[in-house]
Amino acid sequence: MASQKITLAKGLNAGLRRAMEQDPKVVLMGEDVGKLGGVFRITEGLQKDFGEDRVIDTPLAESGIVGTAVGLALRGYRPVVEIQFDGFVYPAFDQIVSQVAKMHSRSLGHLKLPMVIRIPCGGGIGAVEHHSESNEAYFAHTAGLRVVTCANPADAYWMIQQAISCDDPVILFEPKRRYHERGEVDIDESAGPTLGLHDAAVVREGTDLTLLCYGPMVKTCLQAANAAEQEGKSLEVVDLRTLSPLDVDTIVASAKKTGRVVVVHEASTFLGMGGELAAQVQQQCFYHLEAPVLRVGGYNIPYPPSRYEQEFLPNLDRVLDAVDRSLAY
Amino acid sequence: MSAPERPDSAGSTASEPIRHHETTVPPPATRDITDGGPDMVQFVDGDGQRIGITEANEPYAAIVEAMTPEDAQSMYRDLVLVRRIDAEGHALQRQGELGLWPSLLGQEAAQVGAGRALRPQDYAFPGYREHGVGWCRGVPPENVFGMFRGVNHGGWDSNANNFHLYTIVIGNQMLNATGYAMGIQRDGAVGTQDPDRDAAVMAFTGDGGTAQGDYNEALVFASVANAPVVFFVQNNQWAISEPNHKQFRIPPYQRARGFGFPGVRVDGNDVLAVYATSTAALDAARSGQGPTLIEAFTYRLGAHTTSDDPTKYRVAAEVDVWKEKDPIKRMRGFMESKDHADPDFFTAIDEEADELAARIRKACQEMPDPPLPHMFDDVYAEPHSLVAAEKAEFVAFHESFEAEGAH
Repeated sequence: MASQKITLAKGLNAGLRRAMEQDPKVVLMGEDVGKLGGVFRITEGLQKDFGEDRVIDTPLAESGIVGTAVGLALRGYRPVVEIQFDGFVYPAFDQIVSQVAKMHSRSLGHLKLPMVIRIPCGGGIGAVEHHSESNEAYFAHTAGLRVVTCANPADAYWMIQQAISCDDPVILFEPKRRYHERGEVDIDESAGPTLGLHDAAVVREGTDLTLLCYGPMVKTCLQAANAAEQEGKSLEVVDLRTLSPLDVDTIVASAKKTGRVVVVHEASTFLGMGGELAAQVQQQCFYHLEAPVLRVGGYNIPYPPSRYEQEFLPNLDRVLDAVDRSLAY
Repeated sequence: MSAPERPDSAGSTASEPIRHHETTVPPPATRDITDGGPDMVQFVDGDGQRIGITEANEPYAAIVEAMTPEDAQSMYRDLVLVRRIDAEGHALQRQGELGLWPSLLGQEAAQVGAGRALRPQDYAFPGYREHGVGWCRGVPPENVFGMFRGVNHGGWDSNANNFHLYTIVIGNQMLNATGYAMGIQRDGAVGTQDPDRDAAVMAFTGDGGTAQGDYNEALVFASVANAPVVFFVQNNQWAISEPNHKQFRIPPYQRARGFGFPGVRVDGNDVLAVYATSTAALDAARSGQGPTLIEAFTYRLGAHTTSDDPTKYRVAAEVDVWKEKDPIKRMRGFMESKDHADPDFFTAIDEEADELAARIRKACQEMPDPPLPHMFDDVYAEPHSLVAAEKAEFVAFHESFEAEGAH
């Protein structure tokens, strides 16, 4: 067992390195991913070791990055594309939803498009406009894409490898404010992932209420569960990990067990993932529920200037307030 | 022959610096869309007579000179059959067999000339009007008709003939083609001087497509990567109802220079000229000299699609001028002037076109609707629980009607 305590960013880097060592068809693409190693250093050192043909510094054009990755995938490569910040993905939106998502279906299965689009997501780092968005719902809404998120270094290490080996296009949302948080990762060559790419994880057992969360909110929800425990409340925390497809079985099992559900995510709540989760729980757990499913998320405004962001983002107080409201039914 | 002048590594040529202050753009009202100008590569005039060596066509003359009468016959056959495929598509749409048809009438030489210059290992990325290129790649026309009949979104195996699926969103395919060309580079299939190994990509769009961001990003990526891709712009003068001057102030072939590689304007109704320029550009790409942009100066004689009404935005006199430039008439005139074929040859081709049309019509009319549950198949390559659940619900819902009928 070669367990190491590394950051989420290092987990991604190690996962990319291992995937590139195992498959010469894996190529990385993006702005500044070469010598700089990306603005978050996720690809640090990889161009030095694998060369400029496999770690491709691209022109500054997101549609170009994704659109050329489509062509490389059609030629038999497995491109891993880095979008520099969540708010910069929109120029590539057309390529993602029109070509990336549709190629396998359009070709009646003749063409596979194994590519990964990595998107640093979410706020909380005091950034300027367009650097803090949570746009997962756009992509989870589009058939043909798989959408997953990691919340800890071990998941980062394994999910990037699982995403690369998947024959479908995968969008991996990386919680940028968790990039530098550490956790145990077993990087032994004989080790394998303990969870499938599309498995949710019950990261804390509880009996009174379920917190459904993913990405950067997992840590917040675990903190909320710890705080609630001091008041004698037992909260279960489910890290969804996968948004498309949803691991509905794990969600439903937890909801039936506790009878109360609060969904927590950074994205604006209107037509966000919370709406889908609430509907799934309501449809499948109606007679088990003691309270309506509540949502805690970003407000339905543009992501605000950073001086406001701690009020925009779900925090411990807002999560606990929703827990109290649910338990009051 | 020599390829068109290529910029040096700094992106400019030593002999002819770009002088922005001398650049002038004629106002749109004075532009003559029936005249491609002196830069246009042309080998056969409107009457089918062979044009002598000019400054524009000299670099390509050897390719044309090397063609045999049999080459000309084969090329002519493609022109006629492609036109007949197109006519059948139009007729079938009017008879309700197809939902839509984008006609290539008038653009046969552009597509056949380009399509025939491709080698088997090359790859073509079409828009949605490239029925003639598909024909040259060996794609059964019936495959294309399935898409416009609405039984699939194309669905043919692109890798069977190295002809990608049609792309409806204008310009997307230019980037996909460039990425594919970058893959060819990484496979080491460029510049080996092995004619069966070295490969290139040809990416097709229209004049309207040149305004798209993806088109321009594709040119940037191809230039920076020195990718083996030929951008083939069929300037048919109209982007649905919008004329050229609503798309650009500098012709596409001149814009290529700004991206750092050569651009060539060719008479898109002269199949010999298109074949020659395409052959040279593809040779350059395969040998590692990077991209070329070819602007085929041509005209869409029909509507944009069968949903369009061109009488609302263009005058009949303009169409009449271009009818005189008909690519098939010109090629036939050329062949007759050179005694490349006898009258029986032309009659036989017309009969073959009739047979092809009948075959397509039958295949189209007999094309079955796909089984309904199949719409859930192939959304993903690997199982997806939501799609699987919805398919099961769909099947159960439909089976419930059968169960009710049984009572």
